[in-house]
Amino acid sequence: MGNITLRNVSKVFGAHAVIPSIDLNINDGEFVVFVGPSGCGKSTLLRLIAGLEDVSDGEIVIDGKNATELPPAQRGLSMVFQSYALYPHMSVRSNIGFPLKMANEDKAVIDKKVADAARVLNLTDYLDRKPRQLSGGQRQRVAIGRAIVRQPKAFLFDEPLSNLDAALRVNMRLEISQLHQDLKTTMVYVTHDQVEAMTMADKIVVLNRGRIEQVGSPLDLYHKPDNLFVAGFIGSPRMNFVSGAPAAAYQAHTMGIRPEHLVLSKENGTWAGTVGVAEHLGSDTFLHVNVDNIGTMTARVGGDFPVTHGDRVFLTPDAHRVHRFDDKGLAVR
Amino acid sequence: MATLHTRSAARLMIAPSVLLLLAWMIVPLAMTIYFSFLRYNLLMPGMEEFAGFSNYTYFLTDPAFFQALFNTLAIVLGVLFITVVGGIALALLLDQPMFGQGIVRILVIAPFLIMPTVAALVWKNMFMNPVNGLFAWLAKLFGLQPFDFLANAPLMSVILIVAWQWLPFATLILLTALQSLDEEQKEAAQMDGASAWSRFIYLVLPHLSRAITVVILIQTIFLLSVFAEILVTTNGGPGTQSTNLTFLVYAQALLQFDVGGASAGGIIAVILANIVAFFLMRMIGKTLEA
Repeated sequence: MGNITLRNVSKVFGAHAVIPSIDLNINDGEFVVFVGPSGCGKSTLLRLIAGLEDVSDGEIVIDGKNATELPPAQRGLSMVFQSYALYPHMSVRSNIGFPLKMANEDKAVIDKKVADAARVLNLTDYLDRKPRQLSGGQRQRVAIGRAIVRQPKAFLFDEPLSNLDAALRVNMRLEISQLHQDLKTTMVYVTHDQVEAMTMADKIVVLNRGRIEQVGSPLDLYHKPDNLFVAGFIGSPRMNFVSGAPAAAYQAHTMGIRPEHLVLSKENGTWAGTVGVAEHLGSDTFLHVNVDNIGTMTARVGGDFPVTHGDRVFLTPDAHRVHRFDDKGLAVR
Repeated sequence: MATLHTRSAARLMIAPSVLLLLAWMIVPLAMTIYFSFLRYNLLMPGMEEFAGFSNYTYFLTDPAFFQALFNTLAIVLGVLFITVVGGIALALLLDQPMFGQGIVRILVIAPFLIMPTVAALVWKNMFMNPVNGLFAWLAKLFGLQPFDFLANAPLMSVILIVAWQWLPFATLILLTALQSLDEEQKEAAQMDGASAWSRFIYLVLPHLSRAITVVILIQTIFLLSVFAEILVTTNGGPGTQSTNLTFLVYAQALLQFDVGGASAGGIIAVILANIVAFFLMRMIGKTLEA
């Protein structure tokens, strides 16, 4: 129903190759998240799939059909934009029904489909309002409603939650995941937030400078990052990297250890250091420790670990959880 | 505006300017009303006497008055139609990425900066002149009889000249409005399967409605009092075919030296302008609310 295949897809703006060449396969019903720092080409990639940008080279196959030259509307995809892109002068009802109206659907059919979508998204009471009379979360739902009425082969989300406040973002994250469970339609989701990527994805595509760094399930990426970039990008707080003598002890050019895989002690351990800043979250405490001869490292300890600024502590890496990288930044396994 | 004290102080402070503005407006208006009730002809100085409503009666029953009323409306509506439709079309064209965009945009504004008398004379002598004009030359090129615009279609010619002057203004306002249309909305409509025409009807036009209202309001104010273009091209003629209210009042005062009748005409013009303003404000109130 909704598999998308990219073959050698590249995008060049002037002399600048935003995406040098990408091969990717998105299976039917999968929730795929493109994640990466800003400017890594993830939004461009999504727009290439949507047809809002022309590919410079390569081909895009949707459902076994070459869609490289098809205009956006004929690809059978729906998109939810970062700014929601609702039509400000139309009511919620007309906004959701707009794609159907453009497809010359019968008025009765449109009404029924809009009502169905509104019920799924809890928008029934707001159908006659204008977008500006809605809250951020409601606008987001209208945008999703406009996407689902077309019953597309796949949904494309372009950083849909970045304009919402933190609490609402967590809510909408859940709602979108729930929607995916209910509809079982392919979803491609772009974000720069690795938490969103980890929590929602079946498959994460980590992008950097227009290249795919690694593709895998969230836990794959967490446990077995292919390189320094992925190791540093996935996981929060980010992984500590140490090179030089301590890394040589593990036969690596650079060693990486996640904050949660450092054992802390006040008596003894591998590395000694002074606590710089302690961030108390309640359940956990993040310690920024100035380790002697190495530099700042982040450690994650239980919320009741008794420590304050200036304390001497000892850190011991969990030997089984150390990630090793060679001098090119690739993982050594 | 926080306390009663600051509020009354503020009122005191603005009082001089308010009074000055009031006097500025009230004195000429009062004098005009006063003159409109006098038999006051410049050819018979010292013979002024109270005339009651006879000036109004003469002005309103003058066949030229109805012609002028019609012409005024024709100029306003005709120019508005040409500038709004043409302005939207030009704005859409100028919004497209093209070579030399900056220069083209400046060139488009140029007609607006030309003085009305100059623009009208250029049109009269270089374009519409039946002997030397460009249009006459073009007609002859195709073996046609040159058309004497100002003699045969005076009102249309005036409308054309005035529209040419106001087109840049409309284009400019509509272009800036067009550029403020959210790019993602256009893309969303594209994803939703809207053709270019549907995008224009359902997205661009509603977005422009506010700017169109502003164009209509501002232009109406100025178009009600078009004068220079008529004076230098047709002089209101032939007959009264291109006379509008402003020109009729001018003719009454400075060609027939009838200050009383002209004052009455001026007051009638003010009343008519206020009626137009009333409907305009209602229309604008509606658009700006939405």
